[in-house]
Amino acid sequence: MLTVFLQFLFSGLTVGSVYALVGMGFNIIYNATSIINLAQGEFVVVGGLMMWFFSDSLHLPFIVSICLTILSAGLVGLLMERLTIRPLKSHDLLLMIMVTISVSIVLRGILAFKFGKDPYDYPAFSEGDPLNIGGAIIQQQTLWVIGITGLCIILLYLFYNKTIIGKAMRACAVDTTAAQLVGINVSRMVMISFVLSAMVGAIGGIAITPISLMEYDNGPMLAVKGFCAAIMGGLGRGRGAVIGGFSIGILESMTAGYLHSGLKDAVALVILLLVLFLKPAGILGSSAAARLRKF
Amino acid sequence: MKRTILCAAFFLSIFIFASSLVAPCTAAEPYRIGAVFSVTGAASFLGEPEKNSAILLQDQINKAGGVNGHPLEVIIEDSKSDETQAVLSAKKLLERDKVLAIIGPSTTGESMALVPILNVAKTPMISCATGAGITQPVNERHWIFKVAQYDFSVAEALFAHMKKHGISKVGILTITTGFGDAGRKALHDMAPKYGITIVADERYGPKDSDMTTQLTKVKAIGAQAVINWSVGPGQVVVTKNWYALKMGIPLYQSHGWGSKKNIELAGKAAEGVISPLGRLVVWDKLSDKQPQKSLLKKFTSDYEARFKNEPGTFGGHAYDSLTMIVEALRKVGPDKNKIRDYIETRIKKWPGTGGIFNMSPQDHCGLDKDAFEMVVVKNADWALTK
Amino acid sequence: MNRDNSLAVLVLIAVIIFVPLVSGSAYVITIGVFSGINALIAIGLCILMGYAGQVSLGQAGFYGIGAYVSATLTHHYGLPVPLCVAAAMIVSAFAAVILAVPSLRLKGHYLAVATLSFGEIINIALNEWGPGGPSGFGDIPTFNILDFIFDTTTSYFYLVWGCVVLVLLFSFNFINSRTGRALRALHGSELASRAMGLDVTALKIKVFVISAAYASLAGSLYAHYVTFISPSSFTLFYSILVLMMVVIGGITNLWGGVVGAILITILPELLRSFEEFDVLVYGLILTLSLMFLRRGLVPLLIEKIKQLRGPLIARD
Repeated sequence: MLTVFLQFLFSGLTVGSVYALVGMGFNIIYNATSIINLAQGEFVVVGGLMMWFFSDSLHLPFIVSICLTILSAGLVGLLMERLTIRPLKSHDLLLMIMVTISVSIVLRGILAFKFGKDPYDYPAFSEGDPLNIGGAIIQQQTLWVIGITGLCIILLYLFYNKTIIGKAMRACAVDTTAAQLVGINVSRMVMISFVLSAMVGAIGGIAITPISLMEYDNGPMLAVKGFCAAIMGGLGRGRGAVIGGFSIGILESMTAGYLHSGLKDAVALVILLLVLFLKPAGILGSSAAARLRKF
Repeated sequence: MKRTILCAAFFLSIFIFASSLVAPCTAAEPYRIGAVFSVTGAASFLGEPEKNSAILLQDQINKAGGVNGHPLEVIIEDSKSDETQAVLSAKKLLERDKVLAIIGPSTTGESMALVPILNVAKTPMISCATGAGITQPVNERHWIFKVAQYDFSVAEALFAHMKKHGISKVGILTITTGFGDAGRKALHDMAPKYGITIVADERYGPKDSDMTTQLTKVKAIGAQAVINWSVGPGQVVVTKNWYALKMGIPLYQSHGWGSKKNIELAGKAAEGVISPLGRLVVWDKLSDKQPQKSLLKKFTSDYEARFKNEPGTFGGHAYDSLTMIVEALRKVGPDKNKIRDYIETRIKKWPGTGGIFNMSPQDHCGLDKDAFEMVVVKNADWALTK
Repeated sequence: MNRDNSLAVLVLIAVIIFVPLVSGSAYVITIGVFSGINALIAIGLCILMGYAGQVSLGQAGFYGIGAYVSATLTHHYGLPVPLCVAAAMIVSAFAAVILAVPSLRLKGHYLAVATLSFGEIINIALNEWGPGGPSGFGDIPTFNILDFIFDTTTSYFYLVWGCVVLVLLFSFNFINSRTGRALRALHGSELASRAMGLDVTALKIKVFVISAAYASLAGSLYAHYVTFISPSSFTLFYSILVLMMVVIGGITNLWGGVVGAILITILPELLRSFEEFDVLVYGLILTLSLMFLRRGLVPLLIEKIKQLRGPLIARD
């Protein structure tokens, strides 16, 4: 009984960690720009596929591949911001959503062109048998994914609270005009937010691919679930997305395990609707603060 | 006033432009066959090898002088794995290109959407999809054939093997797409016939990354074997999960498993996985007396030489359907009715990649569970097993 | 309905009658049928987004409900088609109310996401509980009114575009009615509308219901044309496609929905020769249109025409 429960839990943690990373990526951009970037899922795919490219196709050393992958993802984020977001300068919410959607289609098209439709993977970060905890197994790569997610949380926390740039980005989130008045280059903050968000997404892709493989069109599903995670935790709250992500992963797993596996995908969506209808600020968010936001 | 005139002109010009897409009728010299494949979209793992096989065959035939001196032209349309696009593709082929027959589509859903259209157009269609509804009820499928094995034949092959090995309780995992759903229904239908009980019926989505939950349930309920019915990365993930969980019961896969890529991706987890596969994948393990061996060998080596990839079972379907039509063309000429009749009545004991076909007025598919070999993964390669 | 719109509708009717006569190609007319079906949904979304200022990424859900309810009632129970289409519209309307009531307080991103989730949940429900499950089902009866069966492409073309014309007329009337004007007030400023005493809640629900009903009608027409449906046609991808149609054609004008629908339906046909590049080209075209055709094609055209007319005539 306990073994079965633990197994479900570990499965939930595995998928939840990717949702958490995607959700964090959403928040980074949202905080700086109030834009919801629906191409967020594609950053994860870029991470996985580029990592394969550098490590398995070009046979570069592991660490080098990781660095190159993260940099390429950052570049993708930069290009996206420069070419499509920056020129629009629009506050028209709808247009921005549409633009991010169309960029995600373009990215998918490029990935399909370069990598084809096949799934890809590469060896896990550490060889060896899965760990056995209470009769349930947890793969070593899962521990890596969770660990890396934790590392990202810590690094982002340090970034936002201990570095000037991070604090400047937080200022933009609170009030763009006031930020400009104190001399913050808002457009540069926007650019950095895209680059950072892309990198975070890519890290998720790099970590999860040995477990679940990566295909060119994994993006949309990840984006939807990651977004659910972000909203559940309160849009804009970094730690909220993490809790949201893991919660969704675990709830999905429990639903599949104890109820009906065919309904698993509906879990994230139903939770999302419940959160939106009952407490749009998110389970962890503050309603008062949310009311002050633009959206 | 001006505005409305301009509006009218705008609408008109759009429709007229669209009409101009209709090309004038060209010379009747080449024999034109249409193909609707899911080259892009969710089913591209089917459509791409199918398209490649069709091109390969077309070029080989033309290099050898064509069909009775006429060049063969296979016009391939991408249905993007979408029924609406399949309908549009078929209409374009029938009408603009005036094709003699259509091969494909790649998926059951698209094939079903085309059935009424081909019936009305009185043009033969040989589908590369598996659904039983494509060719049944046969009295309403006068013009429709298929070359892919029935899903229930796959299920029968699986259960026959299990019964032989004393397995009576099985847990199944299926993917929540048409492919998986068809398999699930086939498994439920065929299980009683072999005295097998399905004790766990689990599902997962095409983009799911971890199936340990479903597998854990199967193990907990005491199944003696687990069947996974899916295509795409899900097969690999399930295999890896099964291995990591050390489930201790055999893992069977559906015919979707038949690609070396899957063994490669699953690594050592794939050892011992059993599945019923078309002989195309294991041609080199067959005895020389097997009627399909030589054509399988030729097709596989030609395909690999040109496309640097294995054709897989699915590529074989396109080969079979096109070869049947070409043979009919050679024997009876460019007459749709005669081609249809030929296929229905003269394809008997016909060796193809999918198996040995026996078409008849009652069966527009002509394959049964003997089209498969039971194959096990051994030392990162296929091996025949009983 | 103002003069220009009336004339435009008459022109449209003329074009509709004209096209099958001019073009002998069943292929082209089939494209016309699908354009018309898409136009129906697009018009509904136009009203929702352009006039009432609400976002929806879930229209595929209503489209799917329309298709499945109508198909199931006719196929499994043998009921007459028009009755089933109407029943489907009622079910969709009901679903729209269920969605609209809790969503009313949501704005912007949140509303978009709520509608997205709704659409996806419908898709999962159809996949799980719809007849045939993920495999869908076929042999759906073709649209017929009593003894007249619309079994040729041309007759279906007239049926679909006939519905489009009726829907346009109804919509123009609606927009220019008191309710419609209240809607535009709502779009302008919700706060002011409330201050003026408008029942904002009821308005929003009405608009959701109308757009859902149109989408449902489109879905039913689709089902009875292709005679085979499966959940894979009613996905988020399609909701986004409809959104694209409306944004590219122009939200603020119902004609924008029609034009956008036609363009987006024709686009894949024009891209056939691109093969593997087509997803890429598709995305590029969409991105570029969004960036340079901000308000959509139709308003842009209308503006150009107004400029041509110039300062000479000081019209309405």
